[in-house]
Amino acid sequence: MRTALKARAIAAEVRDPEMPMLTLEDLGVLRDVREEGRRVVVTITPTYSGCPAMATMRDDLVHRLTDAGYAARVEIALSPPWSSDWITERGRQALRDHGLSAPGPAPRSGGPIPLTLMPTARAMSCPRCGSARTELTSEYGATACKALYRCSDCIEPFEHVKEI
Amino acid sequence: MSHSAPDPGHEDGTVYDEALLGTDTSHWAFGTDFEDPLAGVDTTVPAELDAGELAAYCLALGDDALVMSHRLSEWCSNAPDLEDDIALTNIALDLLGQARLLLARAAAADPTVVPALPEGSPAPVEDALAFFREAAEFRNVRLVELPNGDFAHTIARLLLFVTVRLAAFERLVTPADPWGSDPVLAAIAAKGVKELTYHRDYAGRWFLTLAQGTEESRRRLLAGLASVWPLHDELRAAYDVGPEVDVVLDQVFAVSAVERPELAPMTGRGHTEAFSRMLAEMQVVARAHPEGLW
Repeated sequence: MRTALKARAIAAEVRDPEMPMLTLEDLGVLRDVREEGRRVVVTITPTYSGCPAMATMRDDLVHRLTDAGYAARVEIALSPPWSSDWITERGRQALRDHGLSAPGPAPRSGGPIPLTLMPTARAMSCPRCGSARTELTSEYGATACKALYRCSDCIEPFEHVKEI
Repeated sequence: MSHSAPDPGHEDGTVYDEALLGTDTSHWAFGTDFEDPLAGVDTTVPAELDAGELAAYCLALGDDALVMSHRLSEWCSNAPDLEDDIALTNIALDLLGQARLLLARAAAADPTVVPALPEGSPAPVEDALAFFREAAEFRNVRLVELPNGDFAHTIARLLLFVTVRLAAFERLVTPADPWGSDPVLAAIAAKGVKELTYHRDYAGRWFLTLAQGTEESRRRLLAGLASVWPLHDELRAAYDVGPEVDVVLDQVFAVSAVERPELAPMTGRGHTEAFSRMLAEMQVVARAHPEGLW
């Protein structure tokens, strides 16, 4: 017997193509899984407006659910906008296990957004050696959601998932 | 489910290990199909808004993002260093994403804005709008279409553009903005606010760095600012922004010890000759292969 629970479990295991240590559920982009008759409708949300992984996420979801016998469709939700706060604790651990630094709390909105002319200050540690002495290389990295850092102690570069 | 860490003792020990992804190679098949960036989103126009006017406004916002994105992407592999190459192309990608959503929103609000396509073309509406309109049909401001100068020119232009756009998007997510009553546009703006905040910080930091750097970097920055400033009034008018923009710009100018330029606004309207050349390059492949699927 097909159940929404089973469809959800299948959708939840699909991985982010750019950070494959994270499932879509861990990343917080899987917003809803519901059955309409024999069909499953999965709702996902983009991390950034230009996220090029959306098509792959959709294809992977359709592929996995089709393999499990479902007729699947993927829809987009734009609101509320994705926040890095939606990355689960398990997702944060998976990031650290794979040498990425997990995001801190996202900035809270309210009032005019302040201009920040100094490098963003983050309380963070090197995911490799644990040192708190880290240096920002660039606020932009290989994907829209990551900044580049370097550890001042072990000298290794690493990626940090940005707070938005 | 467990997450196995990569084995550093193995020369191929990466996060892309077979153990993590299995043997499913479809993960690497990007872009094999079109997608509707508003799939499943309710695009009904609220009763209090005029669909044609909403579509025109979304086209203007989308065209600005599209054209600025194209100019920024021209820096790809040409930026002063790798980090800024990546930064400029990341910003271009964010703006391209905003453009896709806004053009799709315009087309959903008023399908008559979408140009007719050659018979059999599978291009989705946002591609039809991007690649099959003539220059005169684009609604972007002239600031974003100017040819790239040097890096300082790009920073000066980017600072003006994203400061004004962020102010307008911040307003779009509040009840104070009449267009904000469109939940689709408000949702696009709410995502854009987060991205533009990073863009503005990037432009502001580089503006300060170049202004207070060397004699040469300062000279180039002042020249870049002087060349884009005459289009500042047109930009502000298009976004209908006020003192909230001056607060930010004056802050950047003050720490950079740069005087606010006193230059007459550029006269005329419409588009520059450079825009036609840019569009020719941007549109040539789509127009040469209107039945193409990629």
